[in-house]
Amino acid sequence: MVPLTWYLVLAAALFAIGMFGVLARKNAVAVLMGVELMLNAVNINLLAFWRYTALGELVGHAFAVFVITVAAAEAAVGVALFIAVYRQRDTVNVEELDAMKG
Amino acid sequence: MTFPTLNFPVIAPQIVLVAAALIILLADLMVANKRILGWISLIAVIGALAAVFVCRSDSAAFPLALGGPSGPGTMALADGLGLFASAAVLIAAGLAILLAIERVGDFSRFEKPGSEKKQARSGDHPIAEAPGPQVTDRAGAYYALLLLATAGMTAMATASDLMTIFIALEIFSLALYILVGFNRRDLRSGEAALKYFLLGAFASGFFLYGIALIYAATGTTSLEAILHNIQPMSISLPFRPLLPVGMGLLLVGFGFKLALVPFHMWTPDAYQGAPTPVTAFMSVATKAAAFAALIRVLAAVASYDRPWLLALAALAVLTMTLGNLAALRQTSLKRMLAYSSIAHAGYLLIGLAAGNQLGVEGALYYLLAYTFMNLGAFAVLLAVQRRDENDVTGDRILGLAGRQPLLAALMAVLMFSLAGIPPLAGFFGKLYVFSGAVEAGLAWLAIVGVLNSALGAYYYLRVTILMFMAEPAESDQEISSGKVETLQPGWAVMTTVVLAVLGTIVLGLWQWPWTQTIAQAVSTLALR
Amino acid sequence: MTEAYLPILVMMVVAGGFAAIALGVSALLGPRRPNPAKDTPYESGIVPLGDARRRFPVQFYVIAVLFILFDVEVILMYPWAVAARQLGLFGLIEMAIFVVILLVGFIYAWKNDAFKWQ
Repeated sequence: MVPLTWYLVLAAALFAIGMFGVLARKNAVAVLMGVELMLNAVNINLLAFWRYTALGELVGHAFAVFVITVAAAEAAVGVALFIAVYRQRDTVNVEELDAMKG
Repeated sequence: MTFPTLNFPVIAPQIVLVAAALIILLADLMVANKRILGWISLIAVIGALAAVFVCRSDSAAFPLALGGPSGPGTMALADGLGLFASAAVLIAAGLAILLAIERVGDFSRFEKPGSEKKQARSGDHPIAEAPGPQVTDRAGAYYALLLLATAGMTAMATASDLMTIFIALEIFSLALYILVGFNRRDLRSGEAALKYFLLGAFASGFFLYGIALIYAATGTTSLEAILHNIQPMSISLPFRPLLPVGMGLLLVGFGFKLALVPFHMWTPDAYQGAPTPVTAFMSVATKAAAFAALIRVLAAVASYDRPWLLALAALAVLTMTLGNLAALRQTSLKRMLAYSSIAHAGYLLIGLAAGNQLGVEGALYYLLAYTFMNLGAFAVLLAVQRRDENDVTGDRILGLAGRQPLLAALMAVLMFSLAGIPPLAGFFGKLYVFSGAVEAGLAWLAIVGVLNSALGAYYYLRVTILMFMAEPAESDQEISSGKVETLQPGWAVMTTVVLAVLGTIVLGLWQWPWTQTIAQAVSTLALR
Repeated sequence: MTEAYLPILVMMVVAGGFAAIALGVSALLGPRRPNPAKDTPYESGIVPLGDARRRFPVQFYVIAVLFILFDVEVILMYPWAVAARQLGLFGLIEMAIFVVILLVGFIYAWKNDAFKWQ
């Protein structure tokens, strides 16, 4: 059986890639993709931990299902906001959105 | 196979709120007069508040359990803490709805874009349904989202499982993202929503990773079971070392949601860009819900251990100081209050950093006081804000006392309370929190807090001076030249301000029932 | 248990290796004589029009977003479906409430012309 560590390393790497995407990308859509990657990394963690440690309950599975639905809702709200902003400003580049300062 | 048992009193407030939100969405399709929807939502909030008090009258806690009463499967717990924070959230929601009832049209109406842009909206709340030929009014969606956010916040306040905490957090966050970007005529509203959304979603990632690690370390997500499993000699936990890592990540997530420095970057922009009633609501209600959850999580996962308390103390110092320093140099009053609410999160955190009975009691008292005074301050801003604007600068309140003496006097009370001048609620909140810190041996933290209060008093009093000291001749001239028109605030806005001021004064002068309720609420928690 | 998956591993290695070798060899040995006609994207023999990165009608996003929502929310039905018999009437009512909530959102979107393509 694949040791748990592998899953954890995979999840941590995915999380780090997602975090890099959030911090380094300027396009809001790319940032959102980074966030989705982070959430999916957590899903891997949850399922791996459930498989290897759980005390007989399906918490990990149930949680992963909720995370998936929450991520979808988040993506929907996010894309809707992006469209609204794009119509006003013709950009969703986070560095060009600087109407407020201080 | 364990069967879920539902204890309806525990989730009665949420049922009322969600049902009302759905009814409003459907009614929005049929009703042309959107003000009715506002009244429906206000009734729903009052109904939910009544449900909270029904829970309260029965002394036993009602657990919402999956398998067994108050066992490890408990998902939500209507104990004193949860009911108290729920009540604070519902009060904030009720005042925010009353605040918006006359002014919602300022930001919910917009001209329908050209034909090729017609179907701009998306998500579950598309635009559309034009009552007139051109103007679209999304007031119904506004009230529905506000109720859903409230349902999420009350759920977070009563949640006793990391899973429910996360879902509740997302429910209210998603609703708030849309509410912040509700004003389609203001460029800054959309920008604020975008920033709030991206950073909020980023924070959810950390929050969730923290939960996953805590789940790994303890084998469960139920706070009660976590508390049980991490006792020494309980069960073998091979991944126990992951617990502090998970708690740290969870704290980062909470930091974003509570706008603690250094996770506060979104706060000023989101608060400034959001429609003012939304700012008023989210600045207080989010804190009540998230602080209640944080108090629970700290008790279960971190057991209020010394290192965690010191970390909280460090966060509190940073949050207070940077919040106050940034607030000093703002010209927009809305942005100033945004930074000031960051500073107040710092004061609240002092109570948690103390980690003892007195500190947490003080934090809860402060939360209720803060709900009234901060919401009231934003309500005053809305009262002086022009209908086509979404911001208030200092010159708009210049000489306000001459034009609207009552409003200026009420604002002065709120400013004094925020500054912490006795005998108002803000003063006692700070007093309790600081004495909690002293009792816990963190006298230095209390001293930093007092110094910060002095710093804060400077800009609150500056607002008061602006209102009372300015030469009325000049403003008369400006009125006649049309530069400043005397805007009469509607009765609903005035009622909100009066209620908030009453709350601030009553909470300060007549403390006994509140402090007793809070003491009962805190006594069931596992503090140091 | 791991041994059972060995054939799959072998297949993946072979498939990946074949693809890599085919691409590598053709890149090394194949002649390179680019011309504009070869560089254009292949669209079934039809001359391509415009840029592939042109903007989509925003209506497309609206429908896509609604699709994501209703599509993914349905996965919450799977756990219920697995245990539907044990959960009995209680589970059925809960799921009915869930569907009604989705339905209200659907009606709201529908009545607001979110699905009308113009």
